[in-house]
Amino acid sequence: MMEQPEVAVEVSGVGKVFKLPLEKRTSIKELFVHFFRRAKGYELQQALQDITFDVRKGEFLGIVGRNGSGKSTLLKIIAGIYQPTKGSVKVNGKLVPFIELGVGFNPELTGRENVYLNGALLGFSEKEIAAKYSEIVEFAELDQFMDQKLKNYSSGMQVRLAFSMAIRADADILLIDEVLAVGDAAFQRKCFEYFRNLKRDKKTVIFISHDMNAIREYCDRTIMIEDSRITAEGETYRVAMEYTKLFTEDKNKTVGSKIDHETEKRWGDGAIRYIKTIAKPKKLKDEKTLEIIAQAQAYENVETPIFGFSVKNSAGEYLLGTNTKIKGVKTKNVKPGDRINIHWTIPNIFADGKYYVNPAVERADGITECDWVEEAEEFSVFKEERTPYNITPDIKVVVD
Amino acid sequence: MKNFKSRYRYSAILLKQLVKSDFKLRYQGSVLGYAWSLLRPLLLFVILYVVFVKIFPLGKGIPHYPVYLLLGIVMWNFFLEMTTRSTTAIVDRGELIRKVKIPRWVIIVSSSLAAVINLILNLVVVVAFLFINHVDLLSTILWLPLILAQAYIFSLGLSLILSSAYVKYRDVSYIWEVILQAGFYMTPILYPLSRITNVTFQKLIMVNPLAQTIQDARYSMITHKTVTAAQVYNGGWLKLVPYVLSILILVIGLLYFKRESRFFAENI
Repeated sequence: MMEQPEVAVEVSGVGKVFKLPLEKRTSIKELFVHFFRRAKGYELQQALQDITFDVRKGEFLGIVGRNGSGKSTLLKIIAGIYQPTKGSVKVNGKLVPFIELGVGFNPELTGRENVYLNGALLGFSEKEIAAKYSEIVEFAELDQFMDQKLKNYSSGMQVRLAFSMAIRADADILLIDEVLAVGDAAFQRKCFEYFRNLKRDKKTVIFISHDMNAIREYCDRTIMIEDSRITAEGETYRVAMEYTKLFTEDKNKTVGSKIDHETEKRWGDGAIRYIKTIAKPKKLKDEKTLEIIAQAQAYENVETPIFGFSVKNSAGEYLLGTNTKIKGVKTKNVKPGDRINIHWTIPNIFADGKYYVNPAVERADGITECDWVEEAEEFSVFKEERTPYNITPDIKVVVD
Repeated sequence: MKNFKSRYRYSAILLKQLVKSDFKLRYQGSVLGYAWSLLRPLLLFVILYVVFVKIFPLGKGIPHYPVYLLLGIVMWNFFLEMTTRSTTAIVDRGELIRKVKIPRWVIIVSSSLAAVINLILNLVVVVAFLFINHVDLLSTILWLPLILAQAYIFSLGLSLILSSAYVKYRDVSYIWEVILQAGFYMTPILYPLSRITNVTFQKLIMVNPLAQTIQDARYSMITHKTVTAAQVYNGGWLKLVPYVLSILILVIGLLYFKRESRFFAENI
């Protein structure tokens, strides 16, 4: 009886509980003490709960989620490496047994020997590998190195060889876990080319990655796993956005957006100190500008102080900034008790992500810092129009 | 059916490559390389000859005692190598098991075949000494493959049990080491069984399938003066005990391994 031939992988109600020993029994004494009650020495860890989804034939499915969310466990259950505690997985078609690149590579064997060993893991006989051998070596660009031991390869060479092997896999369903995490730009280009070929050949692919650009570009549909459950499923674009939000919201909780007065993130002689720094709006969509409104209080007499700010992204790169001196704006002398309001207007050229505002004020000499507050305020950007670049200014295009 | 065939094909391809790479790795970095496979039993023979023929002549009354001794040691070493290698085999291949869905039994069989290859090479040396010692060719030598097959079955059964248990309890390797030490002296390897005068002890010793196979191999290959299980048990039904035990151990091993192997990936 044929059953729904269009479904390649059917995951229904899968749950996984890991039994983790509470403490490792390393000494003989502990062994004896625990021998009679060893059944209790476990902690149960719920790795996956109630995971249900289908993958249609020819579909490119993305799985996203934070580290430790359970996505790799799920992939291993689909591959049949782990047994689900609950539920079941049905696979229609030949599944590639690989989860990661270069599995089974032995550093003591030569490149050539490793090709045959790795090929066997992929299900290729010696004859079949021999037929593909020159192709594999050529693709990996390792002609002169095949009779050297793998331990003498650079990590880049190993990855190239592993990848060159992995793409020979003759399967209907492929499970790919974080291949993009390794390798340089040239390798990633090859990866993307391979993904495009997979899509063209209508292979079924389940792809785990933290790289949202790759997920957005290749996945027809995406699932997000958070705390061992599916928390979002469907259109890649939407799920990828949910995923990005996960991180920005998380930081809000931990970093906080008030000015912290006594940390190493703040320094200066204290003659003038910022009281507040506010970004308006805190969440930008397609607004034209971002306002930064800061208020500072003077505690000493300072002649023509210079007010400035900078903005850095979540990777810690300083993207832009300026000050009143650069701008040629005259400031008044201040005396104790004065409050100064500074209002910046910045065009919204930001790409999607999370940003921090660092206000600063210094004396007229341009050297003595009165107050510098790192990450005094933060804001985030979600734009309709998205590019993988650092900035996304409003670009006009005309095609004739 | 097609599925079964392709699964079998995958296992066969994998097995071949695992055995090959194991063999390549074995003598890596040594100058003499594979020659050690033959040199080891040769040197062992020299030691045995000096100690047990010249210094402590234990084997008086046994014809061709040096070869008799060598065969015993060679079979014991096969058993020792196969079980100790297999004990850690699953854990040693942990990376593979955690990342690829391969039939787990292939790993145990591949490590057992490495021991089998060594046994065959050692037996070549034994046969060479048979000729040097002018041992008469016995027709019973035709039984040898069956006897060795039984030794393999027994060792494989134990290997399956040990390797699965080792995944959960690392103590297994230490315990097994002690058992092997005791086993070496409780098996008639260095001394001829006929030296033990207590009949009950003789019977107890021959319950061990390894003792029985070693004696049978000596009987079939070297001299009919070897005391076999059949003689110890006076031809009674009890003589079947070691044979039944070998098969029983294999069946238990297979069942235990099958049950545990589903969880190897997460327990390693």
